[in-house]
Amino acid sequence: MILPALPVLFPLITIIFLLINFQRREWQPWIGLTGSLLQLILAVFILIRVRYEGILVLHTGNWQAPFGITLVVDAFSSIMILLAGIIAVSISIYSFEAIDRQRQSFFYFPMVHGLLMGVNGAFVTGDIFNLYVWFEVMLMASFVLITLGGEKKQLRGAIKYVTLNLVSSLFFLAGIGLLYGKTGTLNMADLALKLSVANNNILINSSAVLFFVAFSIKSAVFPFFFWLPASYHTPPVAITALFAGLLTKVGVYAMIRFYTLFFVQDKLFWHPLFLWIGGFTMVVGVLTAASQYDIRKILSFHIISQIGYMIMGLGIFTVAGIAGAIFYMAHNIIAKTNTFLVAGLINRATGSYDLKSIGGLYKVRPWLAILFIIPAFGLAGIPPLSGFFGKLILISAGFNAGEYVISFIALAVGLFTLFSMVKIWNEAFWKARPENSGPSEGENEKLPVSMVLPVVFLGLLTLTMGFAVRPILDFAMDASLQLLNPGPYIEAVLGSDYLSH
Amino acid sequence: MRSQLLQMAASRLLPVTMILSLLVFYRGHNDPGGGFIGGLMAAAGFVFYALAFDTREAEKKLRVSPLMLIASGLSIAFISTLPALFAGNPFFTGEWVSISLPFSAKLKPGTPMLFDFGVYLTVWGIMLTVIFNIMEE
Repeated sequence: MILPALPVLFPLITIIFLLINFQRREWQPWIGLTGSLLQLILAVFILIRVRYEGILVLHTGNWQAPFGITLVVDAFSSIMILLAGIIAVSISIYSFEAIDRQRQSFFYFPMVHGLLMGVNGAFVTGDIFNLYVWFEVMLMASFVLITLGGEKKQLRGAIKYVTLNLVSSLFFLAGIGLLYGKTGTLNMADLALKLSVANNNILINSSAVLFFVAFSIKSAVFPFFFWLPASYHTPPVAITALFAGLLTKVGVYAMIRFYTLFFVQDKLFWHPLFLWIGGFTMVVGVLTAASQYDIRKILSFHIISQIGYMIMGLGIFTVAGIAGAIFYMAHNIIAKTNTFLVAGLINRATGSYDLKSIGGLYKVRPWLAILFIIPAFGLAGIPPLSGFFGKLILISAGFNAGEYVISFIALAVGLFTLFSMVKIWNEAFWKARPENSGPSEGENEKLPVSMVLPVVFLGLLTLTMGFAVRPILDFAMDASLQLLNPGPYIEAVLGSDYLSH
Repeated sequence: MRSQLLQMAASRLLPVTMILSLLVFYRGHNDPGGGFIGGLMAAAGFVFYALAFDTREAEKKLRVSPLMLIASGLSIAFISTLPALFAGNPFFTGEWVSISLPFSAKLKPGTPMLFDFGVYLTVWGIMLTVIFNIMEE
């Protein structure tokens, strides 16, 4: 059985084809698109298999579980792989026109697929050191993508991005080292087993804190978020959209995986901490966003505030809470990427990201306004769009668990998100165009179909998630139940023989 | 700056480094060595050559582009995972064959070696791509 390894192998094969045909520049986007489409089909197939057959396990190299590297796909992983596939396809289509020839000829497409390989690898692996390796694969590709083109502001942003992410990798590696020293295993299921019988929680917490800091930096939560708004607005918008959709979410994924599977001993310390951190992340992100006037900066700060909701779901730590976090993550990956893609369209139409120098778009391009309003109001949580249900599930889970403070914060933050989105709406679409801004280049041109298509596709997904909440939420509930009841996961990985010893 | 001595040394040293890198690669599985170090050594030979002449000469000497080295290295590494699947084993399992040679010697090539050769080519190609690009600037 090779299925769990395929999400990693598909991007690898795509990279090989891209490199072999590197001289044929006009083929590059098509090869990239084909690779992404196959990846999406594969992801759907895996999701169905996991839904009907349960957890998929692959012991690579025929080395049995606690010794070799095990690849595991459970419901949570399969959801994340599907989301990665959706984003891969959208970005591949968008890149046809949005990425200039210069960048395309400097390994843009191989790097995008390298990033996808790292992201998928992080989702399928069942081994903490292997997870570290996939994080590095992902980061290497993202370092190249963020500096691709070598503009001055890109390099300035990249220095912060690279430094902070290296620091985070260092914490991650130190955490792995400490944990390996204490338990003698790197396999996640084996760790869960060993830590569930460990009697010295204080010793475990030292590594848990290192992992917490590492993943907090990666996913940009409250005290460690400052690298994100400093770097995300610098590369071309297709790259930013890819990062916004996937990179921070991999950090959240790892955090949810670690703190539901094996760092569950010290609930009294960790869960209130997650709630506090989640609350601060939401509030700080949304307030700083309110003072910005660059569309990409507003959206970057909103990434942070949205991460807060997911951490809040983890802190509530009930089935509904985790399911809410997963649903919210799915909603956010799609809607967030989409808002960045729309920002790229606005830039194409007006030549600027600065809200002060653009305006009157509604008159010129009314349908662009509709394309913007779907993901933006989705993020703000207006019914019947997906964000409304994400917030509803999380907040009702919060009230049911008796966490009133965080639930009220989440409600209030929703209002501020609406404020920011309405601000973009007012400034870019509603108000008259500023007098002093001359006519821009792309004024009367039609926007390229390849840039509009992914926006429509993601917009439809946001709508679908709003209208078909029930089946999606059911699946998120399944994933959440699997996470909170790790017995079947451990047994699937280690086998019942090993457990009976 | 062109130095006759350096050029002579570089062109004589290149085959030696290549053979040495292949030796280091071959002893890799059981002794210190392997595809990564071998690839670095192979790249070192060509970088020295490029220092003595220039990058264009070195690329001519290499005959294929460094990019093709990367592509073929990745392909070989990928292909090395396939025999395990045909043998019905899990993905990535090492498969070995035994070839008897004259004088009762035995050669045991296997998929790990093939994978390592993929690493060798990839590292070689990437080092050359990076260093040649920097030298040309």
